[in-house]
Amino acid sequence: MPQRTPLYDAHLAAGAKIVDFAGWEMPIHYGSQLEEHHQVRRDAGMFDVSHMLAIDLAGCDAQGYLRRLLANDVAKLTQPGKALYSCMLKEDGGVIDDLIVYFFSPTRYRIVVNAGTATKDVAWMQAQAANANVGLTPRRDLAMIAIQGPRAREKFWLAFPDSRAVSEPLGVFQATEWNDWLIARTGYTGEDGFEISVPATQAIGVWQKLLDAGVKPAGLGARDTLRLEAGMNLYGQDMDETQNPLESGLAWTVDFKDTNRDFIGKSALVARQQQGHLRQLLGLVLIDRGILRAHQKVVTPLGEGETTSGSFAPTLNQSIAFARLPAGVQPGDEVQVAIRDKLLRAKVVKPPFARNGKPLI
Amino acid sequence: MSIPADLKYTKTHEWIKPEADGTVSVGITDHAQQALGDIVFLELPEPGRSVKAGEECAVVESVKAASDIYAPVAGEVVAKNEEASAAPERVNQDCYATWLFKLKPANPADLDGLLDAAAYAKVEAES
Repeated sequence: MPQRTPLYDAHLAAGAKIVDFAGWEMPIHYGSQLEEHHQVRRDAGMFDVSHMLAIDLAGCDAQGYLRRLLANDVAKLTQPGKALYSCMLKEDGGVIDDLIVYFFSPTRYRIVVNAGTATKDVAWMQAQAANANVGLTPRRDLAMIAIQGPRAREKFWLAFPDSRAVSEPLGVFQATEWNDWLIARTGYTGEDGFEISVPATQAIGVWQKLLDAGVKPAGLGARDTLRLEAGMNLYGQDMDETQNPLESGLAWTVDFKDTNRDFIGKSALVARQQQGHLRQLLGLVLIDRGILRAHQKVVTPLGEGETTSGSFAPTLNQSIAFARLPAGVQPGDEVQVAIRDKLLRAKVVKPPFARNGKPLI
Repeated sequence: MSIPADLKYTKTHEWIKPEADGTVSVGITDHAQQALGDIVFLELPEPGRSVKAGEECAVVESVKAASDIYAPVAGEVVAKNEEASAAPERVNQDCYATWLFKLKPANPADLDGLLDAAAYAKVEAES
């Protein structure tokens, strides 16, 4: 039985084409994925991300627990509302999920995880919490909306003027609690904006106010091309339990600085680093005509690789991909990608491909 | 969704228009273009290529997926639509005016085996 978010009826009313996404009936687009993509790059769009799960953590061991649970180090969060992106790893270094953790105090945090992994994440987190004084509360009573684009904040304030005083000072990756909402200056598009959590009962009203302020709905299709251009990984595609973060373009999220800190997966990652020849997740831009997709073979002078995500990139008007490539392949190199019966030329680049409305390559 | 009465169809959502010179134009139906979404790339067969009925002979790629196009009957490719290749969004804008390639059927009687508009409407309703 597929699940629906509190905004399901609003999607139908907006003409959404609904698809199954990780067991949820979600809008893939509301007419044109391309227009929704451009709307977010050029103005403001909003996404229903209520299928993702917020999990509240509270207890005197919360910080110590998270320092062991996550590959990034929550000890660097000292300002209330500050957010951090991290992977949660298995002992062998495989990625269970990627997530955002929000800090409120050393005894109180919130984690937001992916929809498709939510059940196993909660089970894993509960198991790791067995001997710690920390309580986990999954918050299926919340709805989440991402408002993204160069005019997203301005239109958000038009809809909710009273929130401006607390949300305008927020820096990137900072959040604030406001009444029963959480307003965070985060996103998955490479554009400015907010991600807000509100009680599910308020979701339809909030969505309507944003529509009235000129924020257009955008579906999961546009969300995927926006995040790909922005150089952001998608769990289950660019990394999963069989891949480690070091070979998934996520080394920057693994914090080895505090040598006294042990986190789950650390010893496996250290061993992997010592072996050397780490594969790298890099970007590809197709030179020949065609469209890159996930799971295409990449031929390089140093061996074969594989694309993990690929699409037509609306902002660049050409095709791009992420690919896991052999050690030694460099940005600027030309490689070949097997598409159907042809080998097409592509250039290796370092993502992101686009940010803040502009192509970067 | 629109299904012009004067065209022939396949179960795989191609339309076929017999031309005065004995060739047929082939495109994709309104149902197909809507299901695919924004079309951004066409890979069309080279003139001169011989195809069997049901053979994959073109690819239509939208932002989200690639979809194979099948030859409706056996024959020889005599033209591909370069204008559509240069502006694939035309398939979304007017799918029945935007042919993808033209075939010279090996056996013109094969066209009788294609679906008419009423039969295709049933296929569409079930898909």
